Amino acid sequence: MTLLPETTEKKLGLVIDLDTCVGCHACVTACKGWNTENYGAPLSDTDAYGGDPVGTFLNRIHSYEVEPKGGGCSQTVHFPKSCLHCEDAPCVTVCPTGASYKRTEDGIVLVNEDACIGCGLCAWACPYGAREMDPTAGVMKKCTLCVDRIYNDNLPEEDRVPACVRTCPAGARHFGDFADPDSNVSKLVAERGGIDLMPEQGTKPVNKYLPPRPKDQLQDMDVLTPLLEPVAEEPKGFLAWLDKRLEAL
Amino acid sequence: MTDPVLDTSPKVSDEVRKTTCYMCACRCGINVHMKDGKVAYIEGNRDHPVNKGVLCAKGSSGIMQVNAPSRLRAPLKRTGPRGSGEFEEISWDEALELARSWLDPIRKSSPEKLAFFTGRDQSQSFTSFWAQNFGTPNYAAHGGFCSVNMATAGIYTMGGAFWEFGQPDWDHTKLFMIFGVAEDHDSNPIKMGLGKLKARGGKVIGVNPIRSGYNAIADEWVGITPGTDGLFISALIHVLLKAGRIDLSYLSQFTNAPCLLNATSGSPEEGLLLRDGDGKPLVVDRANGTLQPFDKQGVNPDLAASVDMDGVTHKTVFQHLADRFLSNEYSPEAVSERCGVSAGRIKAIAGELARVAFEEAFELDQPWTDFRGNKHEKMLGRPVSFHAMRGISAHSNGFQTCRTLHILQILLGTVEVPGGFRFKPPYPKPVEAHPTPHCHSKPDCPLDGPHLGFVRGPDDLALKEDGTPARIDKAFTWENPLSAHGLMHMVISNAHAGDPYKIDTLFFYMANMAWNSSMNTRGVMDMLTDKDENGDYVIPRIIYSDAYSSEMVAYADLILPDATYLERHDCISLLDRPICEADAAADAIRWPVIEPDRDVRGFQSVLIDLGARLKLPGFVDENGEALYADYADYMVNHQRRPGIGPLAGFRGNGTETGRGGVNPNQLERYIENGSFFVEHVPAEASYYKPWNTAYQDWAVKLGFYDKPQPYLFQLYAEPLRRMQLAAEGHGDRQPPDHLRQQIIDHLDPIPAWYAPLEEASVDTDSYPIHALTQRPMAMYHSWGSQNAWLRQIHGHNPLYVPTKLWKEHGFKDGDWAKVTSVHGEITVPVAHMAGLNENTVWTWNAIGKRKGAWALDEDAPEATRGFLLNHLIHELLPPKGDGLRWSNSDPVTGQAAWFDLRVRIEKAAPVEESLPVFGALKSPVGKGPAIVRQKVTS
Repeated sequence: MTLLPETTEKKLGLVIDLDTCVGCHACVTACKGWNTENYGAPLSDTDAYGGDPVGTFLNRIHSYEVEPKGGGCSQTVHFPKSCLHCEDAPCVTVCPTGASYKRTEDGIVLVNEDACIGCGLCAWACPYGAREMDPTAGVMKKCTLCVDRIYNDNLPEEDRVPACVRTCPAGARHFGDFADPDSNVSKLVAERGGIDLMPEQGTKPVNKYLPPRPKDQLQDMDVLTPLLEPVAEEPKGFLAWLDKRLEAL
Repeated sequence: MTDPVLDTSPKVSDEVRKTTCYMCACRCGINVHMKDGKVAYIEGNRDHPVNKGVLCAKGSSGIMQVNAPSRLRAPLKRTGPRGSGEFEEISWDEALELARSWLDPIRKSSPEKLAFFTGRDQSQSFTSFWAQNFGTPNYAAHGGFCSVNMATAGIYTMGGAFWEFGQPDWDHTKLFMIFGVAEDHDSNPIKMGLGKLKARGGKVIGVNPIRSGYNAIADEWVGITPGTDGLFISALIHVLLKAGRIDLSYLSQFTNAPCLLNATSGSPEEGLLLRDGDGKPLVVDRANGTLQPFDKQGVNPDLAASVDMDGVTHKTVFQHLADRFLSNEYSPEAVSERCGVSAGRIKAIAGELARVAFEEAFELDQPWTDFRGNKHEKMLGRPVSFHAMRGISAHSNGFQTCRTLHILQILLGTVEVPGGFRFKPPYPKPVEAHPTPHCHSKPDCPLDGPHLGFVRGPDDLALKEDGTPARIDKAFTWENPLSAHGLMHMVISNAHAGDPYKIDTLFFYMANMAWNSSMNTRGVMDMLTDKDENGDYVIPRIIYSDAYSSEMVAYADLILPDATYLERHDCISLLDRPICEADAAADAIRWPVIEPDRDVRGFQSVLIDLGARLKLPGFVDENGEALYADYADYMVNHQRRPGIGPLAGFRGNGTETGRGGVNPNQLERYIENGSFFVEHVPAEASYYKPWNTAYQDWAVKLGFYDKPQPYLFQLYAEPLRRMQLAAEGHGDRQPPDHLRQQIIDHLDPIPAWYAPLEEASVDTDSYPIHALTQRPMAMYHSWGSQNAWLRQIHGHNPLYVPTKLWKEHGFKDGDWAKVTSVHGEITVPVAHMAGLNENTVWTWNAIGKRKGAWALDEDAPEATRGFLLNHLIHELLPPKGDGLRWSNSDPVTGQAAWFDLRVRIEKAAPVEESLPVFGALKSPVGKGPAIVRQKVTS
């Protein structure tokens, strides 16, 4: 049993815009590239060129089709998922060794690999399936919010963001401090109605998702609306209209 | 309890080396972080004009590509039968001497017996230069089976197309309409643009039978029936014309809409533009009703004019165009069922286009001067933009569809205006600024000019004196006169058939022709291995260059192993397929940020060596000594015209741009600058480029062309009319009789929609379903399979089936389907998808692999459950009983009609593996390791 901090000074996390995410997986492999080279054990890939390749990823994209209840056009949603750095993180409290912990200064949930015994309880406790046991290292891997980037003096200031945010081509991922109501992420959540993932789990996730905007609104238009009122029904009439309009130019 | 001590500032790398990505065709700038001399991490370069710091899934997985076990290791000489994969490793000297010994006699006797075709080549200005100096007419890259319809329709209509030619004005556009797109054309820039547009509250309309990728985030998804895009766009034009929602001022000033068409029936000039004595198209000046050349200072061209001469009334292009599109056959009600889009929705979309283009028009406070000398105080903007690629292009009616789309955006007045579609230098460039095709070969002599070009009329066709095709792919013939990129998909088939003639050596670069890059894959394998009555191969010799152990490797006699993209020099040249932005000319290099750990060489350096061994002009000096040590040497020292070389930046003393002498330090300057060069377009020149004197002058200064050449957009395409005139019997160069009607029907100078040719030639009751492929954003053609990270994202590919068919056939998850076309059948796993046109099935492109290829285990899902639709598509249309071979291509350009495919599906008994199954190739590189733990230092 590991204790959570009562409060954290900052609440660092991500806003992911589901209206803009095209499901390109850029965040998935940028994350893999940075994190296999940096924090802790490498993110291994077993049977890498074989029949059942299975690798460790800290961030994955799931794609869903949603068919509106009232009928209408099926929607496709690309849903990136990584650790949500919950305020009431059950993966931390369940940890028997203290390896899983939530940082007091910024709220990032991390695994201290030196203390991790690979028991897997935390992955079992996480309702989001956001943790993955690395089969070759035998330790639990999870999103670190690129803790080794965001404070890294060896990186230019503009690059001190998680690798997934820096690489996202569509700009669908945003990083910031949710404890600050004036931060970019707090404002986006306010403006766009950002939501918690599965709030009923009571984990108080820090990461937020911006819902897709309503789609497929242009289903029909009466041809007689002023915008498309015919200028003429006959070709001859069209020429007369043309001549009149040209005169007015 | 205190938190563990954590180093939050670890050293990131020893050094950052900046170069250009090659994980797809997009050519982004990358920062390669090096540790201990090895690649440790790859990220996007923030300063780079293409990607501005971001990087896609492929680019970020580059480390798995440069370490891939499938990398070829040394030159290979075939020892077993073709197709077995049995080779011996040989030295470079032996390999190059062998190639020389095959090619030298050909060049000295009949250079056309070499067919040199390059695939996903990013050095076409160089490879074509080599082929031209070899003297064979048989050269092209892969454009013919990719998107030649898009490129050609764009050039002939407005002097450029989408992607490499131009882009939406992402900073101002408010409505973006995107038609079926291969998501690597453009990869990152479109995603960045969509993000920008959405952040501003702009809207996206996606037209694609499949709601994946960009269509998933489109505000409006139009799940159109494949092959009917042209009909749908024509209906939009119909509605807009009928409502008068078009930009008359733009049409009269900047297009050939006011030009007059000769209406003299039966005349050899019928349907050509009326011209003055200097050959300039004539317009009627609305100020005084007189006929004037189109570009006369101050002229006000009249769209509504008609001129009576010798009892004949000649009307403007615009009136003919209006007659065509106002016809009831293009009304929303008439096209609705065929397109699978309701008439109301077609009208609603047309209304939205009109609303945004005209009600949300705006002005930029930027004066400019047009080519008629008119000064404009402001730049008028119309914030509607379009983009399209293979989805509308890879049909046999794709050329006309692409033209129709360009006509739509021109009618709205949204091309080269703020908020609309903008060209990227060196485009716009009218047909007149491009070469014509050249095909005259003589022994021991270079070709008479560049192979590829834009025909203006029958005189430019690549025909021999006896009227037979000069090229092995029959490009620029009456079968497909405007085939500006050649027809790579016909090369093997024609070479095997000896039609139009036999060849000796096939030389391919980076094209997986024995697998996913060919139609009729099994047939192609048979052609490559077929022997004649003497026991000799029908195609005598095959040389192939690739960096990886692709399926094609097994079918070559000699393999020249290429380096990976981080181990080589490359040149992304303005002479070639540039990476410019609308506001800037740009080019780039690659350089070896790591040295190969194998006995491989960059292909372009190998061609330079081979060129010197063959003593080709341009590759040796007057004493027969090699002119260039390698490709890097060529990139710096080659001059195409005096002062103009492959790279535009840092020329002469290092400060000259575009034109300038050779700078021996040029590559160092590029590397210091992040491996790219950018020259910004002056503000006054930033829009209205084809007609803007400031832009024209800037383009001349940079060497894009030698004098200003403003031009009109070609709503009416005269070159097509010249072909029709020949088909009607005019002129000396005459098409064969069996092609006359095809030319008259399909080369209409004002676009007219026709049904895709396969649809017209098969029984659609027997083959009621359309079958398509899509390219996933995380894979590039066949390359992803060797990438340990990417193959976990797309390791196999089900056939996606829409709800209606899913229910009709009683499919369940885990079921298999037999899919049958007029050409073949496959048995494959199925999956349900609701966001899909109800008469269409589809799968991901090029996921399926041949066993033994790409250093994958034989039980890899790519080889067991993965499959290709290619087995269902033939390079020829079904026989018509006339004994002729009719290519499955667009009759205008020769574009491979991949997406015309018609099939039927049936539930099949479960099988172990997707069918057909082919025997395993013997891997020349062994197999990959079981476990990958990527980390340079811990």
